Amino acid sequence: MASGENQSSSDNQQRRWHHIRKLLERSGPFCHPDFEPSPEILDFIMDSCKVLIVGAGGLGCELLKDLALMGFKKLHVVDMDTIELSNLNRQFLFRKNDIGLSKAKCAVEFVNKRVPGCEAVAHHCPIQDLDEGFYRQFHIVVCGLDSIVARRWLNGMLMSLLQYNDDRSLDQSSVIPLVDGGTEGFKGNARVILPGMSACIECTLDLYPPQKTFPLCTIANTPRLPEHCIEYVKVIQWAKENPWGNNTALDGDDPQHVAWVFEKAQDRAVKHGISNVTYRLTQGVLKNIIPAVASTNAAIAACCATEVFKLASSCCANMNNYMVMNMADGVYTYTFNAEKRPDCVACSNSTRIVEIEPDATLQMIYDKLCEDPVFMMKSPGITTVINGRNKTLYMSSIKSIEERTRDNLKKKITDLGLYNGVDILVADVTTPNTITIKLKFLENQDVEMAR
Amino acid sequence: MIKLFSLKQQKKDEEGSARAGGSQKKASAAQLRITKDLNELNLPKTCNTEFPDPDDLLNFKLIICPDEGFYRGGRFIFSFKVGPNYPHEPPKVKCETAVYHPNIDLEGNVCLNILREDWKPVLTVNSIVYGLQYLFLEPNPEDPLNKEAADELQSNRRLFEQHVQRANARGYVGSSYFERCLK
Repeated sequence: MASGENQSSSDNQQRRWHHIRKLLERSGPFCHPDFEPSPEILDFIMDSCKVLIVGAGGLGCELLKDLALMGFKKLHVVDMDTIELSNLNRQFLFRKNDIGLSKAKCAVEFVNKRVPGCEAVAHHCPIQDLDEGFYRQFHIVVCGLDSIVARRWLNGMLMSLLQYNDDRSLDQSSVIPLVDGGTEGFKGNARVILPGMSACIECTLDLYPPQKTFPLCTIANTPRLPEHCIEYVKVIQWAKENPWGNNTALDGDDPQHVAWVFEKAQDRAVKHGISNVTYRLTQGVLKNIIPAVASTNAAIAACCATEVFKLASSCCANMNNYMVMNMADGVYTYTFNAEKRPDCVACSNSTRIVEIEPDATLQMIYDKLCEDPVFMMKSPGITTVINGRNKTLYMSSIKSIEERTRDNLKKKITDLGLYNGVDILVADVTTPNTITIKLKFLENQDVEMAR
Repeated sequence: MIKLFSLKQQKKDEEGSARAGGSQKKASAAQLRITKDLNELNLPKTCNTEFPDPDDLLNFKLIICPDEGFYRGGRFIFSFKVGPNYPHEPPKVKCETAVYHPNIDLEGNVCLNILREDWKPVLTVNSIVYGLQYLFLEPNPEDPLNKEAADELQSNRRLFEQHVQRANARGYVGSSYFERCLK
């Protein structure tokens, strides 16, 4: 027996895992019917199961601590941010000396030192800098993000890793579950997403509250609230007066910018008889800050960590699939089944394959899309992404684009930069969404015969 | 239910191995959605779009030439900037033509409810086009952005109409100068 296994099984014997083993080595009334209790499950959690934690902030610190204490060792943490003074009240893995350092690195260092056996790895970069190969290595991804854009990106990434069998059914081994937590003041939510199987971030996009905005005419002419005055300076006065020159964008993190907005907003407030424009409120409106509450983070992270544990072990059925929590008055939670949208841009979009001669022209693809009984499109708009840049190949609905892409129809697809296995994006009235089509080049017959 | 534990036992470790052909950068959800919006754009005959770069579907201009109402004969250009959070957030729309209008100020800010507080992800570029076109047919003095113009529209429609025509043809209204924007 390999020494690593010996070590892990002795680790496994420790009293430390006594309670976890009760869940994994015995059956019980709440277990999933297919659950087979076994000591191997703890080995899987400790030695094999790779979990990616996205975000090392309020939720991320909690998640990392929770998962490490549950026995997960192969943890990776990604966060692009550095530590600020205002984080220290709730992001408990950081100390005053850490201000200015990478959140991911500090969090990982702390937990690896504190939890014996934990081998967490830090990535101090934006999630967009890591590629498919990176994300594919994980069994589960859990995220505590404060941005919808980042959630949507991550969701799109996990969708793009899905693989389908020849009969177009989903290959379950390509599914990387996503556990998503979010908090806002005393409110929070946690959810489990099985990409391609259950509702994804994009399916429920309209559940996110819209950014708080005020009608432009109110802030311009009839301000009533201190927020109206600040919004006015942000939306109208900043662009008009261009105080830093060169159309410098307003940066809510730049104290000088905030001070300028604060001063102007105060002037405006005085003019309209409005009180209570403060520096803090200015910061709040500019950055859309809602005070973070440590206990909300702890509760939501605990819930997410439990779901990760259930996914990894199958010891219990997962939450189905969206839990909201409100702790403003007592504690209230409600769990419901968010439904998968059949027309979701992200998860209903299983790539289709079209076979084509390598020397075909774009016109031939266009005709195929219109004539092939599988598609029967009316006026497909075709775009692609080449070397990370979007490229419009042909779009007939917009006159100016049609005129400038018309010549592409006559060109060979290889001359347009398309290659075997490239994805093209096709939008048409006949499909609820833009669909992805993978071009598969047919082998040249002549070459075949010459061999 | 997905049995991750048993599934992943069979899964080979592919750590860090991006397979060939799998490295094409994926289009974002915002990109997919705007492509769909634009392919289905159904412009009224008074409107037209211009794309400075046909590969960049996120930045374009809309030109409206109203054929009735106060603004008939004018040519008004709007810039659209679609952000990465579309359609959770609306596109940023500015009017690039100086216009004497109750709901458009001289910096080009446009007061249209669906561009801000009433935006919903189900709305499309087409909805905004119709909203903007409507502003020219029925300027709304109740929600003024250019207060002077709004007050005038309410108190003296004839004078307002004259001022709109003067502004469109090039000239001063009050202390504000307007470039010619007639077709």
